[in-house]
Amino acid sequence: MSTQKIGDVILDVENISLRFGGVNALSNISFNVREHEVRAIIGPNGAGKSSMLNCINGVYQPQEGQITFRGQTFKHMNSRQVAEMGIARTFQNLALFKGMSVIDNIMTGRNLRIKSNLFLQALRFGPAEREECEHREYVEQIIDFLEIQAFRKTPVGQLPYGLQKRVDLGRALAMEPQVLLLDEPMAGMNMEEKQDMSRFILDVNEEFGTTIVLIEHDMGVVMDISDRVVVLDYGKKIGDGTPEEVRNNEEVISAYLGTSH
Amino acid sequence: MQQTFPGLLMAHAGQRPDAPAMREKAFGIWQTLSWSKLAEMVTDIAGAMHEAGLQRGDHMVVIGSNRPRLYATMLAAQSLGAIPVPLYQDAAGAECVFPINNADIKFAVVEDQEQVDKLLDVREQCPQIARIVYDEPRGLRKYDEACLTAMDDFLVQGKAFTQKNPQFVAGEIAKCQPSDVAAMFFTSGTTGNPKGVVHTHNSLLDRASVGARFDKLTPADEVLAYLPPAWIGQNIFSYAQWLAVGYVVNCPESAATVTIDLKEVGPTYYFAPPRVFEGLLTSVMIRMEDAGAIKRKMFHHFMDLAKRVGPAKMDGKALGFFDGLHYALGDLMVYGPLRNNLGMSRVRVAYTAGEAIGPDLFSFYRSIGVNLKQLYGSTETAVFVCLQPDHQAKADTVGVPCEGVEIKLSESGEILVRSPGLLREYYKNPTATAEVLTADGWYHTSDAGFLDADGHLKIIDRVKDVGRIKGGRFDGAMFAPKYVENKLKFFSFVKEAVAFGDQRDRVCVMVNIDFDAVGNWAERQNLPYAGYTDLSQKAAVYDMIKACVEKVNADLSRDEMLAGSQISRFLILHKELDPDDGELTRTNKVRRGFIADKYSALVDGLYADKTEQFIETQVKFEDGRTGSVSATLQLRDAQIFEPVKQAA
Repeated sequence: MSTQKIGDVILDVENISLRFGGVNALSNISFNVREHEVRAIIGPNGAGKSSMLNCINGVYQPQEGQITFRGQTFKHMNSRQVAEMGIARTFQNLALFKGMSVIDNIMTGRNLRIKSNLFLQALRFGPAEREECEHREYVEQIIDFLEIQAFRKTPVGQLPYGLQKRVDLGRALAMEPQVLLLDEPMAGMNMEEKQDMSRFILDVNEEFGTTIVLIEHDMGVVMDISDRVVVLDYGKKIGDGTPEEVRNNEEVISAYLGTSH
Repeated sequence: MQQTFPGLLMAHAGQRPDAPAMREKAFGIWQTLSWSKLAEMVTDIAGAMHEAGLQRGDHMVVIGSNRPRLYATMLAAQSLGAIPVPLYQDAAGAECVFPINNADIKFAVVEDQEQVDKLLDVREQCPQIARIVYDEPRGLRKYDEACLTAMDDFLVQGKAFTQKNPQFVAGEIAKCQPSDVAAMFFTSGTTGNPKGVVHTHNSLLDRASVGARFDKLTPADEVLAYLPPAWIGQNIFSYAQWLAVGYVVNCPESAATVTIDLKEVGPTYYFAPPRVFEGLLTSVMIRMEDAGAIKRKMFHHFMDLAKRVGPAKMDGKALGFFDGLHYALGDLMVYGPLRNNLGMSRVRVAYTAGEAIGPDLFSFYRSIGVNLKQLYGSTETAVFVCLQPDHQAKADTVGVPCEGVEIKLSESGEILVRSPGLLREYYKNPTATAEVLTADGWYHTSDAGFLDADGHLKIIDRVKDVGRIKGGRFDGAMFAPKYVENKLKFFSFVKEAVAFGDQRDRVCVMVNIDFDAVGNWAERQNLPYAGYTDLSQKAAVYDMIKACVEKVNADLSRDEMLAGSQISRFLILHKELDPDDGELTRTNKVRRGFIADKYSALVDGLYADKTEQFIETQVKFEDGRTGSVSATLQLRDAQIFEPVKQAA
């Protein structure tokens, strides 16, 4: 497994602008993400944080700007291509298959890596069976890692919210991503669940060497676990740097607390 | 023949190398560790430990849950003649300081990051700790303390050592004598520091094999190890007896998966304290109440039958033809599926111990065909003192003295035990040792009890709590408060009870109702109430509790020695007894003396034959504020029964 050294730039976002009709969701945003770091995107409601993730992830096509991932520059790419390149994500509003078990949900994350054809898979024959065993082994490692062994066969819809969030993370990890995008992984959690989730995020970063980009509202969490922070407000970048730098940035303070004129 | 732990391991590895020794779940599948693989692992760990400087006679702490590699570690330490000291994995760091310093421990093998953090936190108080080996590397990658070693690395070092010195560990094992110290267990002292109970290979293994012979355990038996290994009970069941018999120990994936693992493994030999059995029963009952009407009817029909004939069947008595057929049908429709659901389909022998078990709870399991029995023992006696033979299990006794045990009663009614399984001493504590161990080898249990007509031991109470009735109808009779309180607490409506009677002319009791159970009952009776205090003083509730008290009295009247402990008056307290108010200990045991002082007005009222009494008490809220609760409580009489002489 990886050693914990923050490396070179792995993901470079250059001059991204995204418009929905006359609304400027993002204007001329640039920032980069280095290998193995935990990078946070923060900002008040409507600042454009989720839009930013959706651009990186290929869900939205920005009108201007380009994104470079591991030296490959792309402008128009769909989410499947992005996933194949090694970028995975979790969702702010969980998008799990509620009726399926935890194992099956996480197995769907292996989809891109399954090579045998549909016919062989349906018969569970020869190479398909062998392949499924390999994938299942990887999924089991994730289950062990996220400490959800007790819920392997429980339908996801029956689990409490905090655990569903964990399954969502598990499914993203199943892709063996190089970069993991987390959209508000701690929204709606209580203090203890947040602590657990922070622990898991740091462990993912440490054990798998995964680069992490996360959006989060809880400032305490962001300041504790991130290496660097980007601050957005009304679609513009107003701050970028270590948690310490961002905390002392005048513009950031006024965006969050308001200013007196 | 007398043996040692590592000697037994090597014997199993030699005689049946491929037989399973342990199983643990990995990748969602049970992975088997054979005796030969285990022996190899133990040899490697022992080699690495020797290189790391562990000497014969040194102590070593092991902290963690039931993991094969931690069990292998204990065996490895014993192979070198060192002494493993298992500590509770949920103990706070500060609680580990005394044992570590008391036994001058330099070497620790722990499960995971949590335990490593705990030891690193107390390093200033325990500077002698030189090496911490951890089993699970997760989260520990960034730790750079020189004293930390991963078990994986440790095994590699050990393998290299074994290759260079293939006969070294075997030679060390040969030097181990059965009379050597094998392990040390710290007992949780309620007052003062914990005491290290020193056991030899012989004392532990002797008891383990006596228990195994008693229940005819075989290498084909299966056990699920899910209680803390620092507790002597778990240590005997999944370590000493495991090696003595050679059965299979299964380690659950995590504490959360125990019920699932129980179903998957289907143990044949099972052990749990009463609260586990109670929890299982409650979950079954709740799910049955939610089931469809037909299923519910069927369940209750067959459970009534089981209640009537089940215990007799378990005691080996023949049922009538019709009952037998009826029970067989019930077994097919209800009892079998229920046992399967509880993970007890294959249970041949199940034990409960540690505290008194309610008769209803006890007979529930026996009536559905689980051979649940009780045993009596403690850390100091290496568990096995008394065991209930098959077909002779009773709810209120703990069985007959097992092989090698002598029991006698002291003048004060204390149970004294002499057996090959007694502790050698309390570590570095000759005063405490002298208090419990006489020169001629009798151990003072500090329990009061007696042998009944069938030769079964009956535990009444702690010796220091047993009193005498003075004056009145039962002048001079024995009074055992805990015994009376327990009998009341077996009713689900009674949460706590406090009995008074020592040096008084009769027994009076204060009862705490169980708010959930009584509240639920009140709703079904259409009995409106405003809150705890209101509910507790309802006439209907008093009538119901009175019925419970009188059932206890009827029960006590049949008991020759304790007929005098029948309850003549009682009251229901208006507030719940609470540790925050000092009325209970942190482990929820009633502090009788404190309560007697605090509620002296009520106690006086009970003995002065008043029918009601006003009381005002201070209460402490959880946020630290104080307030007061006042109420006028009713004091009631209960019927006393003539003592019945039972034909033996």
